[in-house]
Amino acid sequence: MYTDLEIDALKEIGNIGAGNAATALSMMLSKKITIKVPQVRIIPFNEVSELVGGPEKLVAGIFLRISGDIDGNILIIISEQDARSLTKILLNYIGDTNCDLPEMEESALTELGNIIGSSYIAALSELTRLSLKVSVPSLAIDMAGAIISFPLSLYGYLGDTAFLIETEFVEGLAGIKLHYLMIPDDKSLKQLLKAIGVSTFEHNNSRRDGGI
Amino acid sequence: MSTIIRVGMAEYKAAKSPATLITLGLGSCVGVVLYDRMNKIGGLAHIMLPDSTLSSNKNFNPGKFADTAIDALIEDMLKLGINRSNLVSKIAGGAQMFKIKSENNIMQIGKRNVEAVRAKLNQLNIKLIAEDVEGNYGRTIEFFCETGELTIKTIGHGVRII
Repeated sequence: MYTDLEIDALKEIGNIGAGNAATALSMMLSKKITIKVPQVRIIPFNEVSELVGGPEKLVAGIFLRISGDIDGNILIIISEQDARSLTKILLNYIGDTNCDLPEMEESALTELGNIIGSSYIAALSELTRLSLKVSVPSLAIDMAGAIISFPLSLYGYLGDTAFLIETEFVEGLAGIKLHYLMIPDDKSLKQLLKAIGVSTFEHNNSRRDGGI
Repeated sequence: MSTIIRVGMAEYKAAKSPATLITLGLGSCVGVVLYDRMNKIGGLAHIMLPDSTLSSNKNFNPGKFADTAIDALIEDMLKLGINRSNLVSKIAGGAQMFKIKSENNIMQIGKRNVEAVRAKLNQLNIKLIAEDVEGNYGRTIEFFCETGELTIKTIGHGVRII
């Protein structure tokens, strides 16, 4: 298990990334955005989709892969209704009132994911002095369970739990919520902690029991 | 009324007719159904990954991996009284939800899961009689031990019975 100090450090990393991302999102939407205090969650696979409303809930998911000095995944989950509200806000600003164009909507949401993910990772990179790259974002609109299973399944080689740094962005007036999950690869967690100067206590081998 | 038994990620369960086995929101995971038609006993495994030998933890849950979950499921079904030689299989899932180019093949985990399941079934001489796999969308599946039918529900890609 991780120590309280390590968990706090990871929350703070999440906070700095999310703060930067919220600013970027706010500029993109011209709306006030608030963020919730980031949470570090170590939970069984089965419970992860409950975080976003259950395995069958229809959601939009935007996935980005982080690579470079550390590797990991970013997944932004937005309920179907909130995704529609967001695309309306986004597309109105470019003068397109016909929001029935699925391609435009998908492209707008993907770009939103790009802005949030990139600004989060830019802040992280600056803080840790690690060189980090973010992939082109990819969007899927489908069941929450199906969307969330992919970035988590890779944790299956390590144990029965997933490690997430979770934040929620909330748009002021309409109450649109974006669920942001950063899922670092296992090795990368230690590197991340080392980079910000929180020494990882040398856990003995029994730590390899999957209790990530 | 038949009982509905929910199988979560990395779990496997066996049941007798008239029970229904379901698993919700399969993405890159694969749902493997085994069925003994004569005794109306079914089993469902929700596997996440292809290969248990890559597990860094030797004391793993067998339900996670294609090569171990099927064996474990058969063990449970034997306890319910199946005749091993009656077993047939249906599989669903193994989608690639996101299209991203990657230096390694982790993005193709769904496809690799499907291949690993097929290989394992082949090795055990269990006939794969129907499948609905890959694609880029999620699936919820329900297996009726009474009829041997597997219903696949999707969002925007219809409902199928195999």
